Order: sequence, then C-alpha cells, then structure tokens
Amino acid sequence: MKGIFYFCLVFVLSTLLIACYTGDEISYSEEIKPLLNKKCLRCHGGIRSLGGFSLLFAEDALSPTESGKLAIVPGKPRESEMISRIKHTDPEMMMPQEGLPLTDEETSLLERWIRQGAKFDQHWSYRQLDEPIAPSPELKDWVKNDIDSYILDKMEAFDLYPNEPAEAHALVRRLNFDLTGLPPDLDQLKQLTGGNLAQVQIEKIIDDLLKSPHYGEHFAALWLDLARYADSNGYEKDMGRSIWRFRDWVIDAFNRDMPFDQFTIEQLSGDLLPEPTKDQLIATAFHRNTMTNTEGGTEDEEFRTTSVIDRVNTTFELWQGTTMSCVQCHAHPYDPFRHDEYYELLALFNNTQDADIDSEYPYLLEHPDSIMEKMVQTSAQIHLLDKHYPKISKDSVSKASIRKLIFPRLFGDFADDYQDVLINGNGGFSNSAYNSNNQKHKLYYLVFSNINLDSITGINYHYFSRGDDAVIEVYLDDINSQPILRTKMIEPKKKDWDWLLASMAPKSGNHDLIFHFVNTTGDFRTGVVDLKEIELVYNDQPLNKEVRVAQDSLLKLYRRGIKTPVMKERTELLRRKTHIFERGNYLVKGEEVVPGIPDVLSTENESISDRLEFAKWMVSKENPLTARVFVNRIWAYIFGDGLVETPEDFGTQGIPPIHPELLDYLAYRFSNDWEWSIKRLVKEIVMSATYQQSSRVSPDKVDKDPYNHYYSRANRVRLSAEQIRDQALTVSGLLNRTIGGKSVMPPQPDGVWQIVYSSAKWEVDHEEDKYRRGLYTYWKRTTPYPSMIAFDSPSREFCVSRRIRTNTPLQALVTLNDTVYIETAQALGTFMKEHGQGDVREAIAGGYEKILLEIPADQTIEILVQLYTEAVKEEDVTPVLNEDTTTYLDPYTVVANAMMNLDAFLTKS
Amino acid sequence: MLCDHTRSNYSRRDFLTKTSLGLGALAISGFSGSGPEPLTRQGVLGKPHHPPRAKRVIYLFQSGAPSQLDLLDYKPLLHQMHGQELPESVRSGQRLTGMTSGQSSFPLVGSPFSFKQYGESGTWMSELLPYTSQISDDLCLVKSMYTEAINHDPAVTFIQTGSQFPGRPSMGAWLSYGLGSDNENLPGFVVLVTKDKTGQPLYARSWGSGFLPSEHQGVQFRSGKNPVLYLENPPGVDASMRRSQLDQLKSLQEKQFENQEDPEINARIAHYEMAFRMQTSVPDIMDTSGEPDYIYDLYGEDSRIPGTYAANCLLARRLAEKGVKFIQLYHQGWDQHGNLPNAIKVQCKETDQASAALVTDLAQRGMLEDTLVIWGGEFGRTNYSQGRLTSTNFGRDHHPRCFTVWMAGGGSKSGLSYGTTDDFGYLVASEPVHVHDFQATIMHALGIDHEQLIYKYQGRRFRLTDVHGTVIDKILT
Repeated sequence: MKGIFYFCLVFVLSTLLIACYTGDEISYSEEIKPLLNKKCLRCHGGIRSLGGFSLLFAEDALSPTESGKLAIVPGKPRESEMISRIKHTDPEMMMPQEGLPLTDEETSLLERWIRQGAKFDQHWSYRQLDEPIAPSPELKDWVKNDIDSYILDKMEAFDLYPNEPAEAHALVRRLNFDLTGLPPDLDQLKQLTGGNLAQVQIEKIIDDLLKSPHYGEHFAALWLDLARYADSNGYEKDMGRSIWRFRDWVIDAFNRDMPFDQFTIEQLSGDLLPEPTKDQLIATAFHRNTMTNTEGGTEDEEFRTTSVIDRVNTTFELWQGTTMSCVQCHAHPYDPFRHDEYYELLALFNNTQDADIDSEYPYLLEHPDSIMEKMVQTSAQIHLLDKHYPKISKDSVSKASIRKLIFPRLFGDFADDYQDVLINGNGGFSNSAYNSNNQKHKLYYLVFSNINLDSITGINYHYFSRGDDAVIEVYLDDINSQPILRTKMIEPKKKDWDWLLASMAPKSGNHDLIFHFVNTTGDFRTGVVDLKEIELVYNDQPLNKEVRVAQDSLLKLYRRGIKTPVMKERTELLRRKTHIFERGNYLVKGEEVVPGIPDVLSTENESISDRLEFAKWMVSKENPLTARVFVNRIWAYIFGDGLVETPEDFGTQGIPPIHPELLDYLAYRFSNDWEWSIKRLVKEIVMSATYQQSSRVSPDKVDKDPYNHYYSRANRVRLSAEQIRDQALTVSGLLNRTIGGKSVMPPQPDGVWQIVYSSAKWEVDHEEDKYRRGLYTYWKRTTPYPSMIAFDSPSREFCVSRRIRTNTPLQALVTLNDTVYIETAQALGTFMKEHGQGDVREAIAGGYEKILLEIPADQTIEILVQLYTEAVKEEDVTPVLNEDTTTYLDPYTVVANAMMNLDAFLTKS
Repeated sequence: MLCDHTRSNYSRRDFLTKTSLGLGALAISGFSGSGPEPLTRQGVLGKPHHPPRAKRVIYLFQSGAPSQLDLLDYKPLLHQMHGQELPESVRSGQRLTGMTSGQSSFPLVGSPFSFKQYGESGTWMSELLPYTSQISDDLCLVKSMYTEAINHDPAVTFIQTGSQFPGRPSMGAWLSYGLGSDNENLPGFVVLVTKDKTGQPLYARSWGSGFLPSEHQGVQFRSGKNPVLYLENPPGVDASMRRSQLDQLKSLQEKQFENQEDPEINARIAHYEMAFRMQTSVPDIMDTSGEPDYIYDLYGEDSRIPGTYAANCLLARRLAEKGVKFIQLYHQGWDQHGNLPNAIKVQCKETDQASAALVTDLAQRGMLEDTLVIWGGEFGRTNYSQGRLTSTNFGRDHHPRCFTVWMAGGGSKSGLSYGTTDDFGYLVASEPVHVHDFQATIMHALGIDHEQLIYKYQGRRFRLTDVHGTVIDKILT
C-alpha cells in the first residue's frame, strides 16, 4: 500500500521539523537526505567535494575518496570513514568541519542506515504515479469525494474534525473569486434559498462559473506570473513590446479547457508542430517573454544567451518544480543534476532565431479584417498585372503567400533564417550593431530557402554604405562552399540609397540562397552596408514598375499587422553548437554537448533532440513531476498555499508535502482519467467538502494546527492585486467586462512613468477602458503599475511561482486614496443614496449587503451611520477644505470608501 | 545553524507571526491578542551579529559613473602622456563597451583640472571639489574599487543588489529585512532622487525588494504635493474626516476580529493607523521651512529648492534624525562620453557643496559617528578619450577596472586613502576592493555578517554578496 512508502512530516512551531517514520527500514529520501543536506552537502555535494567525497550521487558516495578510504561501506558502519569522522573527538578530524556537529540521534540514524545497506532510494517527487486507493475515514457522511477521504483520514489521525459547511453567501463569494476572480452579483445570490446550499445547487453554480469567460481571465492572470508576461521588454530602455495576443491566447486556452498536455506542447514547441496554426505560433510567445536588452553598446549574444538560460530555468521551475538555475555554474548543490546536464537542456532551447535584436524578430503578424480585405484586393491587382502571381483569399493570407506575391524581392522580415544581421520593422537589414562599433567577430548571414534560380541573371541590391569596405557574398545551400557571387558595396556616388546590380549565371532548380555581409576591415562606418531589399533579376528583366508599386502597398499593409514575437527554429544551415559554459560564464566555453534530459528524470534512454520531443516527454507518463507540480499550483491558487508549500521547488530542499497521497491522487487522476482537463481538476477540488467548509477559527483548532495544514477549516486569504481592483469595479458597477485586446492604461499617479529614448507616454484611457480588469493593465517591467505592486504583484522580469502576500501601510493608502477606489466609492455611494430613498440606515444596509453579500448586523449599521453623520456635520461646519477642493466628498462616498477598506472585503474567506 | 531562520522564510504564515514587517514592522503577538498593538519592531536577525559601528546609512549614489580621474584619483603621468596612445600592454585585452571597441585610437587624457593635497591627511583632490576637499580629513577614500559590469543598467543593479541581473533585493531591502526599522511613523528605507535630471534611467528595482517581501522595498519620497504615492487624501476629504473614517473602520474591524480571530485583521488595523501617521509624518519631514538660514547656507542655495540634490541631502539628515535606517539618494548625469570638461563642472556644482555639508552637519549634531555616508557611482571612466581629443574637449568611456568612492562616519576610517591604481589610472595596483567586498564591509559596519544574512528562495540561499565578499577591515576603525 502507498501509505507504507510515505512518512508523515509534521511541522511543530513551524521551525522544528520532526520526522517520524512508521517502518523499520530507514528511508534515504525521507530521513537521511534531509540530514545530509543540512549537515554534509555544503562541502560534499554538487559545488564542492572536499576530500574527493560527494554525497550527491550514490555512485560517487560509494566510491573511494581521495585518501583511498571508503566513506560508506554498505552494511558496515564501523568500517565507514564517514561515521568514524563524525564520531571523531579531535576537532581537526571531526565532521562536519563547519557548523554544528551531528546529534547522537542523527549519528545513530546514519549508522543504522549504513547497517541496512546504505540504500539510496528515489526522491519522492521523481517516483512514478500509481493507481491511487483512497483511504476510508470514519466520518463517512462528511465525505463528498475522494479528496475528502484523504483529508479526513489525516484529520482524524490528528484528532481534528471538519468545520460546518460555509454559509451560502460566503461559499458563493469564494467560488466566484476562485473560479473567475470576480465577486458574485448580489441579485444572483438572492435567488438561492437561504442557509446552506445543497450539493446539486453548488454544482450548478460551479458549472456556470466554469463556463464563464471570466474563468479564463482569472486563470490567465495566474499563469502570466509564471510566463513572465509583460508589455515591455525590460532592461535599461524597457521599450514597449506587442505580445498581448499571447495573453489572449492563454485566456482562450483556459476557457476552451485545452488539456494541459496540449497547453504545454503548444507553448513550448507550437512552432515545431506539423503545419502549425497561427494560434499555435502565438502560443510559443510564452518563451518570447524573456527580456531584450537594447541598451547601447551591449553585446546581443550575451543577452541572447541570458534569454536561453532563462527559458531553461523557467521551464524547469514552472513544469518540474526544479531549481535548475543552480546548475548553470556547477552541479546542483543538493539535487542530483550534473553541470553538463544543464547544457544538454540548454541545447534544446539554443537553436531559435531570436537573438536579442531590437525589432524582436522573428515575429508573427496578424491582421484585422479591414487590412486583410485590402491585402486581398491588392493581391488581385498584382495578379491582374501579372498572371504568374497567385490570387489570395482572406483565409490564405500568410507570410508564405505574401512572400510569393512580392517575389522576386527579398526582405529581411521574410528571411528563413539569419545570423547577427539586424532586421528592422520595415524589412530593412544591415550588418551593423546598434550603438556598438564592434563588428569584428560577427558573421552576418541572411538565408532564403528554396528559391528557383533557373534563368536568374543577376542580383540587384538596394543599399547604402559609407565606405567601400563592405562586401556581400552569395552562397548556395552551404555556407562552407565557395561563394557564387562576391560584390563590393562601394559608397554610392550620390551619397544616398542606390541600386547595385551584380550579374550572375543561371543555376538550375531550387536552392537555399545565403547572403553573407562581410565587413572586410571591421570598421564600424566604412564596413557597414544597409539594405532595403534585394531583388533577384531573371532573364535580365527588371521587375515591372506597376507590379513593384502594388507590391509596396501590399507590404505596407502586411507590416501594419499586430505583431507578436514567436519562436522559430534555426535552419540546419545556421544551427548553433552548444557548449558547457564554465562556471556559467558564456564567454568561457567548455565541451560541446548534444540535447538531452537529466538522467534522474528519465526512465528509459529516451532520445530527445528538439523542443517538441522535450515537451511531449514532459507530459508523458514517464514524467510524473509535471502533473504533481501542476496540480499543486491549482491547489495553491484555490487554498492559498500548495500541498507542497514550495511550488517552485519539488527537490530535496523544498518542503515535502504533508498530504503526499492526496497530491499523487490528484496528479494521477489529472494525467489519466481526467485527461489533463484543468476544469475537471478545478471542479473536483471545489466540489469537495474540504473546500466548502466555513473559515471559522476556534481556539482548539488554532492550538492543534495553527497553519491549517490539515484543512479542518477554510483559509482566509487576502485577495490578489488584480482581484482587489476587479472587485471594487464590479461591486460599484463600473467594471468593463470586455475580454482581451491591447493592454490599457488606467490612471496612475504623475511621475511614475519613466521613459527614456522614446516618446512613449502613459496615456490614460478614457471612460470604458479605464475600468478594465487588472490583468489588462499595461505591464511595464521597470515601472509596474504602482497600486498593483503595493499588493505584491511582481515586476515579471522572471518567472514567479507564488506571490508572497504582505500586509502594509502602503496598501491602506492605495485603497483609501487611489483614484479608482474613490471613483468606485462614488459609484457605490450613488447606489446607496438611490437605494435608501432618504433612509440613511436603509441606504447603508443596502450598500453593505451589495459588497459583502450579507445583511449587516445592527451594530455595524450603527457604526456606519455614525460615520455618515460625522461626514454630514463636517460638511456643514467647514465650508472650504483647501485651495484645490471646494466641496466635501459626498457622505455616502465617505461611508462607501470606509466599507471598501474592510478586512472582510479585501479577504476571501 | 542557518536552517532555523531560513526555514521561516518559506511560508507566508511564518512571516506574519515571526518576522518583522519592515515598513510598519509589526509582529503580532499571537492569536489571542485583543488589540492592534504594534509590538516588536525588529528584523529577522533580532539583534546584530556583532556590535555595530553604524546605525544607519546615507548612500549618495552618483548615477552614470563620475570620472575618478578628474575628481579623486590624481594621475600626473596622464598629463605627461596627454594625447599619446594607451600602451597595449596596459590595456591587456580588457573588454570594452560596444561604443569604443571599434575605435582605432585610444589617446590618453590628463585631467584638465588641477589637483592639490588637502588637510592633515594630505588627500589629493581636484579643484572641482572645493567643498569636499575641505572635509578631506573626515573622509575615507577607496581608490581601488572595481566591478564586473561594463554597462550602466547591469552595473547599477550589481552595486545595489549584488547581481548584474534584475531580481535580487537591494542593499536597503536587505537591511530592512535583517534589522527592521527604528521609526514607527516612517519606512525604514527611503529613496530620494534628484528631480529633472536626465541621462541613464533609474528604476525602482535599484531599491526593490526582489524576492524579499515587498514591505522591505525602498519607498521613494518625491518633492511636491504627493511625496509618497497615494499619501494624500482624495479631494474632499480632510484630516479630521479621514480620522472619523479610520475610527469607524477600526470599530468594525475589531468587531470582525471578535468573530474571526485572524491576526491579519489586527495587522491591517495597525497598518491603517501607520498609514494615517505617515500622512502627517512624511509631509512634516519634507517641509524644511523650519530649518535655520545657516543650515541653508551650509547646504547651498539649491537646498531651498525642493527636489534638488542639495535639498535631498538636507532631507537625508532629517530622515536620519528620525531613525530611518537606509537613505539612498540618486543623482544622475555623470555619464560623460563626450563634453566631459563642461558637463562634469555642472555635476560638481550641483553636488559638491551639499555632499560636504551633509557630513559637516551630521558631525555637528554628533550623528556622524553612527551614520555611514557613502558617495560613489557604479564604475569608473577610462583614462583615454572616447571620440576625438581636442584642446578643449574629450569624453571618457565606462571603465569597470577601477574607480573611487568615499565614505564618512559610521565606523569608516577618516583621513584615509585606501588602495591604489597604477600610474595610468587603468588597473588597481594594490588593495583591490570588489563591489561584493564593499557591500560586505558596509554590512559589517552595521553589525551584520554578510554571510549570515540569508534568504532562502527557489531552493537556494541568497545573500547580498552572492557567494563572495570579504570585509575590508582596514577601512573600518
């Protein structure tokens, strides 16, 4: 039975870890490994292996040390050097040399483990998932589904009992926040009968919420922290980035309940799927959320590498709960990952075309209908001029079809591959580097695949250069062959853009055309050539002028599309080799590595050579981490904390789960019976009696389980930054429920927005866009929206697995004073006034019920009426406030503002 | 050893009950407490690792990187070799920024400004610093600083957070986390930025809390009507109205606490009270009109104009008096790739008098002893000209291999010039001080062992100095 394998870990007073095991056999992973991590691995682990002794891998630990002695002799603790050194009385010899010595209990534990054979078993999170068997607790009536059996079983063991079910208003409010991020509507709630709800009523509410388009928004808001989604590209200049289509893709994927395996594959490798759709390409923007450094004088390769490293780290934190970033510089200090394994993973991500260039090439362009229609019209025009050009329809507008229509002209933004070349938003390109005059070590290539060269007679360059030191070489199919054409790009006589025609002999058939832009002297002025386009000339016939004009308008329309940076794999021609970076330094390259996955995570010798295979492996049965990590995230979103409290670390340094059987149960069902359906998983959790308890706290429960590890009550959790804003907008009736679209700029205090080298402004959106949900707020990494930062939203420079919830005075200032909270209070005040029809008590009771969904106690009304009276009095006594303001805030607004600062309002309970 | 307190870093619930909450720094006394009493105000360390020399830091950050060769690191050889090429043997393959790496000539530039020795210490300083030179005997110059970053954004991030890449907590946030706050009406970490300066951007991440809880981040005080974001009551609400609101709100919250004994409710009440106090205490601090004329004379005329560097220096002293632990000023505009001779004069005029005045003022109030003042930028500048060297004009590029900072008070050794650079002012010649060493030393002065102030995040133990840093004992008393 499963229970035998697991041992319960109980935290007492949160700092004391007591491990109690239930079997005779000592478990390496539950008892020995934590001890080794604490006392030994600093010197005998992944970073250092002093004396030639490391405990990270079994084979190392059991090998002879530098002295020739065996540190561990299985079965024989007395012959094990490790034990004799721990027991040594000479401080020079005694281990550990740094830190506290081992206690007698710890030493004897190690001895017993060695006596039993020093078995290294697998860490809990890497073990395969087995068909779960739910326990049978005593209080059967309480159990609504299997989750409850697991929870209740533990609760009973610790002499705890569940709370009563939450009252209808509390449960409905909780469900609405957990499934859509928005509070429920009071009228809707009133239709339900009072008291507690029947399970069928609850199920109906849950099903409706799962169908709501706001469900996707809510889960997207959570996912975007992990995806490090932002509307700017980070670092010094932090320029705007158009990538909101990715945000909308995430919303849509959650709403459609895209299975998590597919959700994973599309984001990590949608571009490698056969005939990927536009949506599948947009999904790959997931890893284009890395930052781009456009500061003058920075080395693009350095920051491209930084992005690739971030992709490995993010992928592993997000899907595997593994702190792979530790392995960049050395073997993992605590978990069994070798240094070179990091670079095998890096190799999987190291061959995409993006290269930290300012235009964020490659990107996908999508067109609104109006532009699409004009493009179709223009294509018809081109077809009319020359029948060789195909006509296109709205459905067939794509980069490939446009490329056919603009042939034989070649532009940077239509290239199939490139290296080091800077490509701008108009398709122009150059072998320069922005604000950098260091050209020497670069190789500038531009590749156009599969071009027919029958009857080609020349190549016409539209170029500009400031000297005679640039040369363009043309290669066919192989960059290591001899160039078929070599053209010196002499400075144009008129010192302006000019054409230069290089003749060549026709070649038969289709070829990859590779342009190599050579700076022969390394001079950053005279050796640079800028190009607007390259025209291939066939049969000595230049392109028809009218066609050219029509093509220009087509290109203009095409480039007006909505841009989204996407992943695109390099062609074989320009494949990068991946080397180990010594000590993590990208300039110090070690041995070359081939793509692969870490040994400890692979069951058979899977051969994984690209991102698609990698993504499929992640969601395969062979990889139980993915399901464990994800169900834990969902649990944490709903309960406030995960079953594993460290969702980012399922390794030996993370906090092990208190309910491992439940975690495995959910992971197994999710990845098998439920076919990775996130809605199914969410529904299972919120249908449980565990979830539906009241949050009432009793001294007895606090005493026995202060942190509610055993779920004998519901948690009270402060709402997230987005939810706090969205709630205020919803209850005041101001919320604009539009889904998706460009990010918006609601009002923020003056002087927050900082921009450099750009005229971009924080332009406050008017009226309806002012009141969009928080997740649509323009996210500038260097100056994030300040009222959301106050409520712990991250800057999204890196993947963030959980926001640490704080409680600070700055938060009070936000909800008391920020414009949006005054405007929502005003709207609520107006509602109260109308509702009361002159009756203050009625007005206040109505307002209170509207936002907190329960009828206030008389005493509560008294207190608020008193505030109302004081506000009225103040208005009468002091006619003028100060030079800026001539009128007092309406007394109902004052009351609404106070109510909207109640702990009960800001908390989900 | 570390495990006990690093473990507490893990969970939110631990934060609320065990550690301080920096800003406001409230630890609530368990579940049964009846009122929102702010009790302890200590950081995670409880008490310092060793007796501190400094109780607070004022860091005068000169953003953009001032030229050490024209201010504090006198190099007569550059005068002799003015206009000659930087010998390849000196350059020794040093990485250059993209802005000069393609330059074919590297003409050395002797400073056009005259240097003299000042004070009993005989400290060399340039004529650009007429005020700072007068307090040379109070200063500890570190001439052998070096860094790893070569571009501004990574370099500023490095010296403020110990890492070139964004995401780590800044020095002030670490101190707030470790030591807590000494004033219940003000944040423990305050940032003042000279207004209307241009140049390299400055971002909040330089004073951010990284992965530490957000209450440890620096709070920027701005000149003008709303010194802290959202501090001002909305139009139509005055202080007495706000008081009534908070009183009634408090009654309601207390009532809720009776039903729902969640300590966060009490914490929230206390934070609303602190917010209210800040609404008075922050404008009070910002209002310097009560300062006597001789103080304005000391700091210079600019100090009467809110938002200037001089006014911020004066504010820094006022904040220090109120027990704010880490006060960080930023003054931009030192990035002189070209037009250095003129631009640096403007910068010095804006900063020299007030920087010196701050040290003098603190000394006169007996506060210099336990206040560590630091002046410096993110890296140094090259000894050769970026772009053409003419008789009146030149520029200097970024130079990470050596730069100079100064410290005063707070346990730093006064009248000392520590470390040397070679005669070309290109490389450190003796007693090198890496950025991590400097950070370790500052923490040491504050009573913190930099290797022991640790936060566990993503399975790793993080600290300000990464895995490096050695305390430079010789610059401390």
